[in-house]
Amino acid sequence: MSEKNQSNTNTGANSMKMLQAMVGIGILCALMIVLAFEGTMPRIEQNKAEALEKAIFKVIPGMVAKKTFKLNADNTFVPVEGAEKDAQLVYAGYDEQGKLVGVAVEASGLGFADVLRVLYGYEPEKQQVVGFYVLESKETPGLGDKIEKDAAFLGNFSALDVALDEGGDALKNKPVTVKHGEKANPWEIDGITGATISSRAIGNIMGASTEYWMPLIHKNKAVFVQEKSEQ
Amino acid sequence: MLNRTLNISTSPHIVKGLGTDSIMQNVVWALTPVALFAVYSFGLSALLLLVTTTAACVLTEHYLCVVSKKKSTISDWSAVITGLLLGLTLPPNFPLWMAFAGGAIAIALGKYIFGGLGYNVFNPALVGRAVLQAAFPVAITTWHPAFLANRFTSVSVSTFTIPFMEPAVDGMSGATPLAAFKFDHITASASELAMGLTSGSTGETCALLIVLGGLYLIARKMMNWRIPVAVLGAVFVLSGILYLIDKEVYPSPVFMLFSGGLMLGAVFMATDMVASPITPLGVVIYGAIIGLLVVVIRVWGGLPEGVMYAILLANALSPHIDNLIRPRVYGTTKRMKRT
Amino acid sequence: MLNKTKDKAETGFLASLKDSPSTDEFIKGLWRENPVFVQVLGMCPTLAVSNTAGNAMAMGLATTFVLLMSNMLVSSLRNFIPKQVRIASYILIIASFVTVTDYMIQAISVDLHKALGAFISLIVVNCLILGRAEAFASKNTIGKSFLDALGMGLGFTFALLCLGAVRELVGNGSLFGYALLPGSYQEWVVMILPAGGFFTLAIWLLLFNGFKAKSQKA
Repeated sequence: MSEKNQSNTNTGANSMKMLQAMVGIGILCALMIVLAFEGTMPRIEQNKAEALEKAIFKVIPGMVAKKTFKLNADNTFVPVEGAEKDAQLVYAGYDEQGKLVGVAVEASGLGFADVLRVLYGYEPEKQQVVGFYVLESKETPGLGDKIEKDAAFLGNFSALDVALDEGGDALKNKPVTVKHGEKANPWEIDGITGATISSRAIGNIMGASTEYWMPLIHKNKAVFVQEKSEQ
Repeated sequence: MLNRTLNISTSPHIVKGLGTDSIMQNVVWALTPVALFAVYSFGLSALLLLVTTTAACVLTEHYLCVVSKKKSTISDWSAVITGLLLGLTLPPNFPLWMAFAGGAIAIALGKYIFGGLGYNVFNPALVGRAVLQAAFPVAITTWHPAFLANRFTSVSVSTFTIPFMEPAVDGMSGATPLAAFKFDHITASASELAMGLTSGSTGETCALLIVLGGLYLIARKMMNWRIPVAVLGAVFVLSGILYLIDKEVYPSPVFMLFSGGLMLGAVFMATDMVASPITPLGVVIYGAIIGLLVVVIRVWGGLPEGVMYAILLANALSPHIDNLIRPRVYGTTKRMKRT
Repeated sequence: MLNKTKDKAETGFLASLKDSPSTDEFIKGLWRENPVFVQVLGMCPTLAVSNTAGNAMAMGLATTFVLLMSNMLVSSLRNFIPKQVRIASYILIIASFVTVTDYMIQAISVDLHKALGAFISLIVVNCLILGRAEAFASKNTIGKSFLDALGMGLGFTFALLCLGAVRELVGNGSLFGYALLPGSYQEWVVMILPAGGFFTLAIWLLLFNGFKAKSQKA
């Protein structure tokens, strides 16, 4: 308001002063931000990598070393260093002898409240999902967030069957969430009473993701195994 | 408060004595068969639940009146209705301490804080239930099957939960017809629903008795018949259209009408005299909004039941509905600007 | 550090009854002109990030930091900034400090950053900070502005903690992440949901105003 009222009386020198002040403050602030950015960047990168690392180690039991792989357009995997943006990444885990113990895959889909992001570990030998961890969830506290905490529910993912059919192009049975207490087959996920929608969402996410990734990983199993022994 | 015209006739004027308390009393009588059937079908737990919510409401109202140094208003029976309605919308095995808290919240937050009866923006019983739903989502969706053999001799294990403690799970949960439809696509038959043979909230299972209670109040001109008719009509028409579009995906309109808390809500809660509009047209719009929201929440929402939220939302809209359809004062133009 | 400020607050509180202008600048934000309970400023973070005591503490301290830095910078530049562009300048300064704070929190803990979410960036539009810059720092010395910001910031933190502690205790049975109530305690989930923020704030305002009315009468 005051700017408008006084604009008539402003002289050139006055606008010059305003310009100087704004530019001066701008430069000062820019300097501050750049300094803070440079100063904290390594720590932030490290923190983020650590958080993902922790999750990966959680979903693949018995792993001690990790290697990141990128999915190429021609459905082959190549190892990459660090994190690559917009790339479809999977993480292979190895035990002390350098043997492949599992591959961690990230999956996401719509939950009850918002998008759910999960990470799960796949063991190519047994053709099973062996670990599961919720990376991001905004599900209702006390209800939907049981998918992160409920021990019985998480127990579903210690040996979830995702075996491939004879051709190796598709899953024999797609994982699916069933009503609590009605799990009869190894590919079924026992749901949670009171968190029906969230636990079914997990079932859908797992179903869609395993259907896509498992044949790919299985076909390229050699890449994951070889890669480590070369080192 | 009432949308009744004031008839001015020539003398002698005979006082009919139709005050707030006599209307409220009649509502209680209309609710009595529903409550009795609830006790019959769910047994002792339901009886204790209804007594607790009613006592909580009456005590809270009395206490608040005493604290604010006013004459106690419990004799107008409105707290009793709030308590009964709240109890009827809760699962029969609901822990009593939570029910008591719900009753206190219904009166304190739903009614008294706005200034008492006549000033409440929302239906107090539904305010109480909404808070309970948000606070204890698990307990309020743990349903008990109806007509258990030992229902008159023993009480559900969760009823006598120690205050502030988690209720025990008795392993006997029965899904409500709406939840069964939403998650497993099983529809219950209309006759079962109308007779109240399914599981559900304490008072919502027997649609027939609710309709009877409503008819009694309408006959005595103590209830605006347009509201339940508009609500039920809107639900029937909308779900009917959906049903005709795809019979596989959408439930039948009859199932929609008789399942869940729709009957109880349409007859006894949407008709809250304070929180509903006052003009005849406004009331129809209000009812249609509730019906629309019920169908939208049930069919596309994440929850199996949406009557409570539908009524609360429409309650909030009701003054605006009245404003919207207010007739133009003769002699003014449509857009009179303030000068 | 905390004890020191507390001691200062107590002695300062008594002293301010007499007159001691600089301690008064500090004291007023804590109680008499508390940003949340009296001025009712910055409601967005107050309601959104007070679901646990830890989050409330982090949000309060982050806001205090931004408030301190921006108040001091605004105060030191007050003769240099032409008044026609002052609001733009203040926003620029505040936004820069918020960005710096954002990086710092990420560097401290990714989990904390995730919990506070978008509300760190939204410190920029917390009217408390712009309000103090405009109403106080632009007219007072650096020293006074520092005290004012410290008082207001700690007052804000205190208010957020009041909300956060109640909400976490009732809604989750814990305080700062430590379970205080037995495992069988029934959590009032509503308290950690947004609706609980409104309830708790209303109750605190009621208590605060009731207390004030009583002390004024006495």
